[in-house]
Amino acid sequence: MSSLAFDTLTVRYGQRVAVQSFTDTVRPGEWLCLIGPNGAGKSSVLRAVAGLVPHDGSIAVDGAPLAVRSARRRAALVAYVPQIPVLPDDMTGFEYVLLGRNPYIGYLAHETRQDRALAADVLRRLDLAEFADRHLRTLSGGERQQLVIARALAQEAPILLLDEPTSALDIGHQQQALELVDRLRREHGLTVISAMHDLTLAGLYSDRLALLHQGHVVASGPASSVLRAETLSEFYGVSVVVHHEPDGTVVVVPRRTSSL
Amino acid sequence: MMGIRRGASRWWLPAASLLLVGAIVLGTMIGPAGSVSAANWNIIWQIRLPRVVLAGIVGAMLSISGASFQGVFRNPLVDPYLLGIAAGAGLGATIVFTVGAGARTGWLVDPLPLAAFAGGLAAVLLTYVVGASFGGSGTTLVLAGVAVTALVTAVQIFVLQRNSDVIREVYSWILGRLSTANWGDVRLVVPYVVVASIVLLLHSRQLDVLRVGDDEALSLGMNVRRVRLVVVVAATLGTAAVVSVSGLIGFVGILVPHMVRLLAGASYRMVLPLSVLVGAAFLILADIPGRVLQSPSETPIGVVTAFLGAPFFIVVLRSRRSVA
Repeated sequence: MSSLAFDTLTVRYGQRVAVQSFTDTVRPGEWLCLIGPNGAGKSSVLRAVAGLVPHDGSIAVDGAPLAVRSARRRAALVAYVPQIPVLPDDMTGFEYVLLGRNPYIGYLAHETRQDRALAADVLRRLDLAEFADRHLRTLSGGERQQLVIARALAQEAPILLLDEPTSALDIGHQQQALELVDRLRREHGLTVISAMHDLTLAGLYSDRLALLHQGHVVASGPASSVLRAETLSEFYGVSVVVHHEPDGTVVVVPRRTSSL
Repeated sequence: MMGIRRGASRWWLPAASLLLVGAIVLGTMIGPAGSVSAANWNIIWQIRLPRVVLAGIVGAMLSISGASFQGVFRNPLVDPYLLGIAAGAGLGATIVFTVGAGARTGWLVDPLPLAAFAGGLAAVLLTYVVGASFGGSGTTLVLAGVAVTALVTAVQIFVLQRNSDVIREVYSWILGRLSTANWGDVRLVVPYVVVASIVLLLHSRQLDVLRVGDDEALSLGMNVRRVRLVVVVAATLGTAAVVSVSGLIGFVGILVPHMVRLLAGASYRMVLPLSVLVGAAFLILADIPGRVLQSPSETPIGVVTAFLGAPFFIVVLRSRRSVA
């Protein structure tokens, strides 16, 4: 299990500041969920960890800064599931999951028997073996999303980054995908950081929420303290009702504002 | 059994090799002087065989370069000609001819292929920078290549008009000399083609990783910039070398890799080696009608490949529009 520490992380795109002085420590095995309106900086935090955008401030895994690591070493520590993954039409499910082994393969080398065995094993454990020889274009959105998570798992990185993992899925597949991540993080001790739009699901699955607004963290903590009607109204500009269920679940329900 | 297309895939390489052997035999048998006999052994050895071998080398190189460019730019529409490499190589060669034949002596290696390489590399980099700055999508890159080709060609014409004494030399270089090929031409290109092809074949797995795009390849630990640079340099070096003996032969680099993908799938581990074999066979076969149609005079091979390739390109463009 690995921790992930942000120290005054700042991401700029030209003049625009996307993330301003983000400081947080994600404990080993913890699931942190970033929430906030579109453009709040959620994806930029994840992209900075994945090494896809230049940034100021430091990001450290188990106390060691990520910035000094090569792309390969970083990929062995951090697996990234983008919001809209590129799924080559006529790649098979097995070939796709095997891509996750890239950090462990030398520049001009090829996959070993162990890499293949591991990719096949990941598919089996996730009940995806039937997709091994299927072309990606023949799979549904939910099946593709599971394969993307399978690829991240084949990467064997202790930290998993998920950028809006459920935005393209129906409610059943949203639950299926999040249950899968939840199961995997318990089995493998993964540290998870996700960006999510569905506040109820975010509160349900993560240990802690961080609410971003215009690049700043404006609230952080358990769902019961972050998901409050007045907080959401202030930063999302919405009118919602927040229910607290007896089991601790926090349910956020939009309220219709126009008069009937 | 899970694997990278076991089963049918193992037969593609032997089948393609067989096709190549057949093409070589056919290409050697057919010609204005009739088929093989003891009397015309010299014709076979000194005229037909070097021509067949050179056509094979050129076809193999243009095909594997085309497939590699398509992989590294993640764009099914590009080929060495559409990216402006041939035009850039032509300008490089023109400048060497203009500076004078005298300048070509006293070098350790012939500066002509090197100048063609430098010109080709400059053109492809310019195309990439221009195309990427406008979004880098499929058609954008092709349009950038068209613009760069027009610009480079304009510069070349300008240079030639001021040095009209070398026009003949330059145009005979651009049109190529496949029809008068000798073993010397083969020796000239083989080192470049072998080095370039080996480098490209070694990057087939990296090209497969790159199929998920720059960001995801980077997050999977690939040094995307280095891979792109190495592949572009190798493919350009090989292309410039073959262009310097074969002249302008368009569409091979787009036609052959697409045929291979249709048959054997899009994994570069299959596409690259198969492009070498099928590309060689394709150009050897495409050279035959050129010799026979208007015998004893010649139809340039570029005419044959364009006749087959242009309609194919339109079909590819059409099918891509529905996919993308």
